[in-house]
Amino acid sequence: MSGKTKAKRPGPGMRRRNLRRNTLPALAQAGPVSVWMIVFVTLPTLFIIYISFMSRGVFGDVVYEFSLESYQTLLDATYFKVILKSLRVAVFTTMACLVIGYPFAYYIARKPREQASRLIMLIMIPFWTNSLMRLNSWLLLFQTSGPVNNFLQWAGLTDSPITFIYTDGLVALGMVTNMLPFAVLPLYSTIEKLEKSLLEASSDLGASPAKTFMRITLPLTFPGIFSAIILTFIPALGIYTVSDILGGGKVLYIGNIIKNQFGQIRNWPLGAALSVLLLAITALLIFIYTRFAKLEDMEVV
Amino acid sequence: MNHLTKVQRKRRALRVLGDVYAVLIYTVLYIPVAVMMIFSFNNQRYNYYWNGFTTQWYEKLFNNSAIIDSLWYSVIIAVLSTVISVVVGTLGALGLKRYEFRGKKLVNSMLYIPIIVPEIVLAVALLIIFMTFGFSLGMGSILIGHCTFCIPYAVVTIKGRISGDGNSLEEASMDLGANRMQTFFRVTLPSIMPGVMSAAFLAFTLSIDDVVMSNMLAGAKNSTLPVLILSMNKSGITPDVNALTTLMILAIVAAMLLSGGVKALLARRAKRLEAE
Amino acid sequence: MAEAIVTLTDVEKSFGSNLVVQKMNLDIEAGEFLTLLGPSGCGKTTTLRMIAGFEDTSAGSIKVQGEPVEDKEPYQRDVNTVFQNYSLFPHMNVYDNVAYGLTIKKVPKDEIKTRVGKMLELVQLTGYEKRKPDALSGGQKQRVAIARALINNPKVLLLDEPLGALDLKLRKQMQLELKRLQKRLGITFVYVTHDQEEALTMSDRIAVMNGGVIDQLGSPKEIYDHPKTRFVASFIGESNIFDGTVQAVDGTLLTVETPAGLMQTRGEGFAVGEAMHISIRPEHLLAEKQPVPGFDLAGRVKDFTYLGTAVKTAIDLKDGTEAKFSRIEQDAECAEGDTVYVHWKPEKSVAIKKTAG
Repeated sequence: MSGKTKAKRPGPGMRRRNLRRNTLPALAQAGPVSVWMIVFVTLPTLFIIYISFMSRGVFGDVVYEFSLESYQTLLDATYFKVILKSLRVAVFTTMACLVIGYPFAYYIARKPREQASRLIMLIMIPFWTNSLMRLNSWLLLFQTSGPVNNFLQWAGLTDSPITFIYTDGLVALGMVTNMLPFAVLPLYSTIEKLEKSLLEASSDLGASPAKTFMRITLPLTFPGIFSAIILTFIPALGIYTVSDILGGGKVLYIGNIIKNQFGQIRNWPLGAALSVLLLAITALLIFIYTRFAKLEDMEVV
Repeated sequence: MNHLTKVQRKRRALRVLGDVYAVLIYTVLYIPVAVMMIFSFNNQRYNYYWNGFTTQWYEKLFNNSAIIDSLWYSVIIAVLSTVISVVVGTLGALGLKRYEFRGKKLVNSMLYIPIIVPEIVLAVALLIIFMTFGFSLGMGSILIGHCTFCIPYAVVTIKGRISGDGNSLEEASMDLGANRMQTFFRVTLPSIMPGVMSAAFLAFTLSIDDVVMSNMLAGAKNSTLPVLILSMNKSGITPDVNALTTLMILAIVAAMLLSGGVKALLARRAKRLEAE
Repeated sequence: MAEAIVTLTDVEKSFGSNLVVQKMNLDIEAGEFLTLLGPSGCGKTTTLRMIAGFEDTSAGSIKVQGEPVEDKEPYQRDVNTVFQNYSLFPHMNVYDNVAYGLTIKKVPKDEIKTRVGKMLELVQLTGYEKRKPDALSGGQKQRVAIARALINNPKVLLLDEPLGALDLKLRKQMQLELKRLQKRLGITFVYVTHDQEEALTMSDRIAVMNGGVIDQLGSPKEIYDHPKTRFVASFIGESNIFDGTVQAVDGTLLTVETPAGLMQTRGEGFAVGEAMHISIRPEHLLAEKQPVPGFDLAGRVKDFTYLGTAVKTAIDLKDGTEAKFSRIEQDAECAEGDTVYVHWKPEKSVAIKKTAG
C-alpha cells in the first residue's frame, strides 16, 4: 500500500477492506463462543429469573402469571432453616479451606519453581479420580464396621461403634477435602507472585515475621484470598453430591432442595427462586471482588 | 565449627514443621483414592466391611453391561465435548485476545458465569429452557450442558497462553506470503498448542467426572457413569465400580506421564540438536 | 585508624558445594563510604546480604559495633538496606512506605509525621506523600527507598546496586546526591556495584572482589593507580595488560619479555625469570616512528575511534594483541596502516606480581 492514500474518509473500498481484514476474522473467531454463551448461559439465566416469579400449577406445571409465591415460600421456616444451614456449612468450608490452604500454599510457593509445579500436580491428581468415588471412600472408612470404627474399638477408645456416616460432621469433612484445591491454587499463584525482597525489606525495617505477615503478606495476597473465598464458598453453597453421598439423603442443603424441585416434587418456580438466590449471592461476591481486582486475574484453572 | 546459631536452628525447625504439615495434607488428599483402590479388591458384594482379598471384580467388571455401557456413554460424551469446546474455545480465545469489538467485555464476563455460578443453577436453567422449548433430553442435551462449562475453561486456559505482544508472528507469516488459513495452521496454532492441549485435558476430565449437569439433563434412557454411581449410592456402591474407577485414574495418570515423558524426550532431542 | 563499625572475620558462604565467599576479612570504618566492587557472581551481594541478615554465614563471624550479629534476625539488626529493585511496598503510598519502620517501632504518630516530613524534604520528595509507588519514576522510587531506610537512623546503610535500573544521566546525578547525603549525615554506607566508574566516583574506599575474595582494598586512587592484581588492573578502568617474565633488573627498572615484545617498567621485589604482569593505561601509551631503547613493541595502526573527548587508537602488536591508546587529538603523523613503535615512561606502568589462579 502506498503511503500517500488520499482518501479523506473511508470510502466503500476501504470499508470492504476493513470487513475482510478485521470484521470477518473477528466474527469467525469470537462469534461461536459469543453465540454459545448468549444462547446457553445468558438466556437460560434470564429465563430462570423469569420463571422464579411465576407460580406452580396444581399438576406441577408452571402457571405464567406474576407471583412472589416462591420467594415467600423461601421464608417459610423449613426452607429458611435449610438456607441458613447451607450458608453456615459453606462459611465453615471456606474458612477451613483458607486456614488449612494458606500455609500449605505458602509452603509450596516458597519452593523452587520446578519443585512447586510438581507439588501442585500432586494436588491435582486425586481430583482426576471420580469425585463420587472419593466421597464414597470416606463413607467406607467411617461406616459402622469400617476401618476407623474397628481401630477405635481395637484401641479401646470406644465400646460400641460410633455413627459417623450420614452426619453433618462427615459432610463437612467431605466438603473441605473436596474444595481444598480450589482454595490452594489461587492462593498459591498470588503468594508465588509476592516478591521475596518485599518481605526482606519489611524485616530489614524492623518488622517481626508476624508483623510482616499482617502488614505485607496478607494485604498483598488479598486478591488470592478473595478468589479462594469465591471459588470455595459458591460451589460449597450449591453442591449436593457431598450431602447426597455422605449425608445419605438425611442432610439437605440448598442444592438438594433445588434438585428435588425438578425431580419428584416438581415445583419449578421454587427451584428457580432458590437458584436466583444463589445467583444473587454469587453476583454480590463478584461485585465486591471487581472493586479491587480484575475478573480476568482470578485464577480459576 | 559447624555449630548452628539460634537463627539457623529456628529456621530449620520451621522447615521441618512445614514438611510435616505438607505430608499431612497430601495424606488426607490421597486417602480417598487409596481407599477406593483398596476396596476394589474387597471380597464382599457391598463393601460394608473388609472381607479378604480378591481380584474377581476386575474380571466381572466387563460382564456388567450396565456399568460398561454407561462408561462408553460417558467417554463418547467426554470426547465430543472436548472436541467441541477446544475448537470453539481456541477460536474464541484468539478472537477475544486479538480483536476489539462491541460487546467484547460482555462476552468476557459471560464466560465467568459457568465457571463461578454453582453448577446446579446452570443445569436447572438449561433444563427449563430445553423443556419449555420442547428439546428432548438425551445425549444432545448432556453434550450442550458439558460444553457450556467446558468452553469457558478452555477459553480462559488458552487465552493465558496467547502472547500479549500482538499479531507480530502472524504478520511475519503473512509478510512471507502465507495466507490467513496457512498462517493459522502453521504459525498461530502451533504457538498456542500447549494451551490447547491443557484445555483439552481439562475439558475431558471435567466432562467425564460431571454429575450435576448430566443428572439433570439425562433423559430416561441412558446415564453416564457418574450418574449411575450416584443412583447406586442408596443401595451401596459395589466393588466393581471401585475397580473401574481405579482403572480409569490409572489410565489418566499413565496418559499424563506418557505425554510428559514424550515432551521431555522431545526437549532433550531439541537440546542435543542445538548442541550439534 | 578510625573505629570499625562492621567487622567481618573469616566469613564464608557456600550454597551447596558452591563457595561464594571465601575467608573474607574486612573492617568497615565508621562514617566511611565503602564500595564492594566486582563482576556479577563475585560474592559482593551475598556479603551485603549476610551483613543485613538475609543470609546466614557458613563460617566466620560478623560484628556490628563490636557485637556479633549471627543470633540476630534482620529485624533485630541496626542496619538498613536499599534494595536493588527498590522493593517499595506496592500497597502503601510514599508516606506509609517511609513511615514503615517507625510505625513498626510504635513511635508516636506526631513524631512519625515530622520525621517523615523531614526525610522527604531531604530526598526532595515533599508533596509526593500520597502517591503510590506505581505512580513514581525510577529516580523517585529510589529516593523513597533511601528515605525509608534512613529514617530509622541505621548505624550502617547497605545499598545493593541501588542505581542499576536507572538510565545513565539519572544515575550520574543520583551518584552525586548519594555522596552528598552520606557526607551530610555521616552514616556509614556499604555500597555494592559492578560499575567501576560509579565506585571510583563515590567511594572513600573500594574493596574489589573477584571469585569470592577481596583482591584489593584501598582508596579509589590507590586502586586505579596501583592495582595489585591482574584482575584489578583489568577491571578498573581501561588498561593494556601484558603477561611476561623479568629479563633484567636494574635497581627498580625492570626489563620484561612478553609475547608482544620487550618492555620496561618499574617495580620492587622482582627477580630475573619471575613471571609477572604489566599494566599500562591507554592515556600513558606513547608511539614513535623510530624504535625506542628498552622497548621492542612494533605494531600497525589499525583504526581510530572518535569519542568526543578523546581519540582512541587501536594498534595491532606482533603477537596479535591489541594495544589501546588514547589521545586528546589524533596524531597528525599517524595514519591507518602505519608501523609505529609503542613505548611509555616506565614509572607510568604498574608491575604486578603473578598470583596463583
